[in-house]
Amino acid sequence: MSSFAKFGNELYTGRRSYDFVGKKKIWFLIALAGVALSILIPVVKGGFNLGIEFRGGSEFTVSNVKTTEASLGEKAVHDVVAGSVPRVANVAGTTMRIQTDKLTDDETIKIKEGLTSAYGVTDNEVTSTFVGPTWGADVTKQALIGLVVFVALATVLMALYFRTWKMSLSAIAGMLVTMFITAGVYALSDFEVTPSAIIGFLTVLSYSLYDTVVVFDKIRENTADLDSSTRRTFGEEVNLAVNQTLVRSINTMMVAILPVGAILFIGAGLLGAGTLRDLSLALFVGILIGTAATIFVAAPMYAWLRQNEPPLVKQAQRVAHRRADSAAKDAAAAQPAQA
Amino acid sequence: MARTGRNKPSLRVLVWLGVILAVLTSVLAGGTMAGKASWAPKLALDLEGGTQMILAPKVEGGSDINEEQLNQAVAIIRQRVDGSGVAEAEISTQSGRNVVVSLPGTPSSETRALIQASADMNFRPVLVTGPGAAVPAESRTPAAQLPKPTAKPQNGSDSNWITADIQKQFEALDCDKPAQDKQERSDPAKPLVTCEPATDQTPAIKYILGPVEVKGVEIQGSTFQLQQGAQGAVTNEWAVNIQFNGEGTAKFKTVTERLNQFYVAAGGEAGSDPKSQFAIVLDDQVISAPRSQAVITDGRPQITGGFTEQSAKALSDQLRFGALPISFDIQSEQQISATLGGEQLRMGLLAGLIGLLLVVVYSLFQYRALGFVTIASLVVAGALTYLAIAILGWTENYRLSLAGVAGIIVSIGQTADSFIVYFERIRDELREGRGLVSAVENGWKRAKRTVLASKAVNLLAALVLYFVAVGNVRGFAFTLGLTALADLLVVFMFTHPMLRQLARTRFFGEGHKFSGLDPESLGAVPLYRGAGRLRSPEDKPSVVRAKNTGAAAEAERRMTIAERRRAEQQEQLAGSSKGPAKEGK
Repeated sequence: MSSFAKFGNELYTGRRSYDFVGKKKIWFLIALAGVALSILIPVVKGGFNLGIEFRGGSEFTVSNVKTTEASLGEKAVHDVVAGSVPRVANVAGTTMRIQTDKLTDDETIKIKEGLTSAYGVTDNEVTSTFVGPTWGADVTKQALIGLVVFVALATVLMALYFRTWKMSLSAIAGMLVTMFITAGVYALSDFEVTPSAIIGFLTVLSYSLYDTVVVFDKIRENTADLDSSTRRTFGEEVNLAVNQTLVRSINTMMVAILPVGAILFIGAGLLGAGTLRDLSLALFVGILIGTAATIFVAAPMYAWLRQNEPPLVKQAQRVAHRRADSAAKDAAAAQPAQA
Repeated sequence: MARTGRNKPSLRVLVWLGVILAVLTSVLAGGTMAGKASWAPKLALDLEGGTQMILAPKVEGGSDINEEQLNQAVAIIRQRVDGSGVAEAEISTQSGRNVVVSLPGTPSSETRALIQASADMNFRPVLVTGPGAAVPAESRTPAAQLPKPTAKPQNGSDSNWITADIQKQFEALDCDKPAQDKQERSDPAKPLVTCEPATDQTPAIKYILGPVEVKGVEIQGSTFQLQQGAQGAVTNEWAVNIQFNGEGTAKFKTVTERLNQFYVAAGGEAGSDPKSQFAIVLDDQVISAPRSQAVITDGRPQITGGFTEQSAKALSDQLRFGALPISFDIQSEQQISATLGGEQLRMGLLAGLIGLLLVVVYSLFQYRALGFVTIASLVVAGALTYLAIAILGWTENYRLSLAGVAGIIVSIGQTADSFIVYFERIRDELREGRGLVSAVENGWKRAKRTVLASKAVNLLAALVLYFVAVGNVRGFAFTLGLTALADLLVVFMFTHPMLRQLARTRFFGEGHKFSGLDPESLGAVPLYRGAGRLRSPEDKPSVVRAKNTGAAAEAERRMTIAERRRAEQQEQLAGSSKGPAKEGK
């Protein structure tokens, strides 16, 4: 079969192993640097580029149009403000509604002129007004309350299921790293933050926790009866669990990211800005980072949080002892013929 | 194929899944034939367009609406629209004065009424009641006998509120005439003459009411339920519960203390003093006027008597959404086209389809024939989700936005993950040397826990966000919950029973090269069937080596068989030039 299955076998038996837990300092440093950068990017760029749904904007109404072609309106706005994403709709037959980000007076006049000639109407058939946000403060407030409640409940749920709050803490840490870096990359892309992007972030948030729970469940299984074993130390067991689920992590990430990537690169690439691009960028980055954060941040952090617990320290000593012992036995057994 | 005994339950589960699919399909078919549902899912505003309503606020006294009131109005209208389903309406303000509501499709008259419903709600004590019709001119109270207040009214129930004017107004009022749409609101500090409109069961009643005692904004919430009897048993009577806030609780306590005295004085249940009633007034019309049978000290009154489930729900809704201090005129109502062209949806679907094809290719590459189980499972999950969306579009007005479509495509990843977790567990079990049948059983036992725990996280997110958040976020939560449920159903009712069946076929059971479960390529050396704990003589050296026999034996037990095999193979390799067993075939 494929060499990927062999790769899986070797990971499973521990013959091939990547040191996720041991090199945690490096991963933590990288994660911290990523988070710091992600906070810096929007600060340097002067905040997120919030869309009309959040900030409100200008609305033009063009009456008695000859044609209801939406692209004419889009072009008229693009000619004046490059890079904006106007929302053009046809209202009640022969009226066009064009909504844009907040405009200066100068831009408003220019767009008005553009729309007048684009739709072949007279000056007084184009009116402009100000529209408020559709995603108002109340929506944000309720969404934030919902998030806080969810994260709190998820923390409790995980602590109950895994019987240790340290797993909850590590999972939440991994999730936060994912959220920060995804937001940072989004800010870097300079895409407008739209409701679709927020929906994307929420999906990533739940995906990130979900992914961590799957890997942590294997860790729980591997470390369940560690007390009676001297085969591996706690950290090594955690590392083995991450390695054993590595094939799963890669496969899941691939399956999740293939459709998203298709939407991002094919769909959005052909169509340019819009709902699909915003959503798929947030998802694409989030799924990548989320999978990585579980492996490189959440799992090593859990091992790190627990490594100084007295029973685990003792167990680690027993493991070291047993290893020294068997090494000595091996050396002794090397002389006579093997059984 | 001998162990048919264990075959049956998995077959039965598959049959049940078939039944579920058939039931959902026939529900949808029934709805479609009745003309209420459709086979295609309903689309949201961004894809289908809808209706745009511009609402102009009407404020008491004609003053201008301020920003805070406007935002409050937007929040309340959003709540009302959300309350009627998950349609993802768009609500914003325009020119700092109007509220613009865009709804997908054509809003029903109920939705329109709900949005427009001015809801100036308050509670007033009842002074006088009478039949709804106007008193005939000849039997009206002569001028000399008209009431003349003797003193300033002491409290809301004081008859001194009734002046000659009020009495004349009361007698002239005809509740059977349709109420005119008044621009002005009544003065909350003065008495009010008004009607309770006739319903199917009750005729119209007219009232003289005292001044407003408790305002609608003091209602925190309202629910309805079947009333509980004295023993806590559920009766057949519907009841509406109200929950006041702190201030409302205190005020309501004072009112009921007074009204309850009238109730007791009039002889309790049998009595009929109108002054024991308090009226719930919405837009200057009485919607209900229950008697105060007890003093309510905790701010949680319950209204009972003659409710049907429908009327209880209606009253409860009115109470809940009634706290809007402004009413609206619909200034314009126009059709609005989709803001995203059909091109966006087509491209989204096309890209999604390409992505799905990539998933198919990838899982076939990774899991060979097992990949077909993944694909079949995804198809079943897709069918379930599609049916659920179409049915919910009918019953809950659930509509798919472009973001929702993308969300569903993305959920494929999480759905497939359940299978991947499961398959990897089976492979792990095979690596430990189990036969396929027991590997499937054992792998499932472990995978089940993981799948349940991880889906619990998604369901929790969906539930919390659905109940707390509003607008788009609520729609998202709905989609998330829907796909997570479909996923669970498929893993438990399709993928696992399917694998159990397949494990008994020769192709999979004997680990054909292309089955994806070929033990050899998985690095397992066949052991005696089911003997997961078997220790073969070759293992001995490592056991003998250990000094601390108790702990070491345990450690060896923990060491997987595959690991031991591997260790032996390595020893063999070191000793001779013979290749590992797995290259033998």
